[in-house]
Amino acid sequence: MKAKPVIIAQGLTKRFGTFTATDHISFHVDKGEIFGFLGANGAGKTTAMRMLCGLSRPTEGTATVAGFDVCREAEQVKRHIGYMSQKFALYDDLTVYENLRLFGGIYGMGGKAIREKAVFLLQELGLATERDTRVQALPLGWKQKLAFSLSIFHEPKIVFLDEPTGGVDPVTRRQFWELIYRAADRGITVFVTTHYMDEAEYCDRVSIMVDGQIEALDTPSALKRRFGADTMYDVFLRLARTARRT
Amino acid sequence: MNQPNYKLMIIRYLIEKEFKQLLRNPILLPVFLVLPVIMMTVLPRATTQEVKNLHVCIVDHDHSTWSARLVHKLSAFPFFSSTWAASSYREALHHMEAGRADFIIEIGPGFERELVAGRHSRLRIAVNAVNGVQAGLGSSYLMHLVADYAARLQAETEGTSGHGAAGIEVVSRCLYNAGLDYKAFMVPGLMAMLLTLIVGFLPALNIVGEKEKGTIEQINVTPVRRWEFILSKLVPYWCVGGFILAYSMLLARLAFGMVPAGSIGTIFLFATLFTLVVSSLGLMVSNYSDTTRQAALVMFFFLVIFILLGGLLTPVASMPSWAQTLTLANPLRYFIDAMRALYLKGSTLRDLFPLCRALAIYAVIVWTWAIVSYRKH
Repeated sequence: MKAKPVIIAQGLTKRFGTFTATDHISFHVDKGEIFGFLGANGAGKTTAMRMLCGLSRPTEGTATVAGFDVCREAEQVKRHIGYMSQKFALYDDLTVYENLRLFGGIYGMGGKAIREKAVFLLQELGLATERDTRVQALPLGWKQKLAFSLSIFHEPKIVFLDEPTGGVDPVTRRQFWELIYRAADRGITVFVTTHYMDEAEYCDRVSIMVDGQIEALDTPSALKRRFGADTMYDVFLRLARTARRT
Repeated sequence: MNQPNYKLMIIRYLIEKEFKQLLRNPILLPVFLVLPVIMMTVLPRATTQEVKNLHVCIVDHDHSTWSARLVHKLSAFPFFSSTWAASSYREALHHMEAGRADFIIEIGPGFERELVAGRHSRLRIAVNAVNGVQAGLGSSYLMHLVADYAARLQAETEGTSGHGAAGIEVVSRCLYNAGLDYKAFMVPGLMAMLLTLIVGFLPALNIVGEKEKGTIEQINVTPVRRWEFILSKLVPYWCVGGFILAYSMLLARLAFGMVPAGSIGTIFLFATLFTLVVSSLGLMVSNYSDTTRQAALVMFFFLVIFILLGGLLTPVASMPSWAQTLTLANPLRYFIDAMRALYLKGSTLRDLFPLCRALAIYAVIVWTWAIVSYRKH
């Protein structure tokens, strides 16, 4: 028997006044999956993601994340997820290690566990020498890798990544995706939004949002077949062109 | 891991982070060290409402021995920094218009003659009342001087004629501030104002600063509880407030030799309550603001009103009754009252219980409000 999906969204809707940012979307994500969440700017991706993280209350519909209801058990949801947004949320005036210590502590890790894990993690990222550097002094690509590692430092069940690779070079993006694969191998479910179509190819399954609704949801190869396209880029263009909002 | 232990740890990590950020801020440490020095050494002298350095212009039409004695007495008075002589009222008025005279004293012709004849003699005093406080106090000084002079003249003349007049001498004694020293009145109030500024502004800029940087979202997506987050923001300001108060008490002692007549423990109890009120208010403002600029503006508005309606510069008792009612909503008013009473009168906690209770109620309300107004979604 197949395990229960870790994310189930049913008719999830968010309205701001008369504007419907996310319009009755339903989908599920399985454990260990890398789920790509695509859509043009303003298609409603970030709004949907914020609802799943318990940062925003749905106007209508329900969703469970890691087995908890996002409306009624938002704080329980938060205990089991990691989150990294396009706006880096590391504390600039704290050092690399102090950031790890803070977020490890917030998720209830003990001082010893934090120290041991930090040594291992910094070595893996090649940041061992930067342990006591303030985050503001790090280059963008390093900050991003660090922010990602931080979001899974407490071993969450699911990690939400909101355009994690904006503004970095292809090499760094490639390294970033290696980190994502490594996390998925450990059984962490990855929910990622992106504008890079090559990244969409890396996902197990991809959903494409247009005007607040999910227009397509399948594996990259199935989507390409269905739209008779060679690349995810063509698939995306074909769907995004139908958008009225942009 | 059991639940309570886990909770305790979270708050410890958060407080640790707040302290690190506070101490790494390049501007704050100098502010903490320099601002109290200015507030405690310069401002008590500068905000004095004693009226000194008055300029007096005397028009003596009489040119007699007695008028000369009066002129001499006036020029010797220490609060008058300069005395001018003018030959006519018109000339004296010209001095006043040019800002060289605050008072004009006109001694009429026949001043001495009338007095010797035992009749009333008149002095005309004109006051520049643009600055009301100065005009009021200055004319009362003048009244005193002239009355004193008249009494002496009377004594002299009666002494020669042989009868003594029965008189009532009023002796007043100032309690608690024996020298009627204005600085003694200002210093405890300025300490209160200093605390208000520092523990009011900093928290107001704190949460909204995290909103601007985006770090608050990373916190909101964690299981941190709202009270934990708010408490971790408050604790550093308690410590800062305690430090600032101790430091300014030391400065007051060094600069003016002022030591509190009441218990230092009670002073710190009040300071703790007051810091809780003001920093919670700051956090509340921060929660409702979207930008640091908004927060600073709103907090500025609060602080100016608190300070002007708090009895720092003008006594609450002389405000109109509706304004006095308004001051009941002002936490700074209670704190200033308590600080003055503790510093000058040596009041005990029992004497000040109503003030303490008012601040405690205020603290509970604002702190709860600060927690509730922090939204994690």
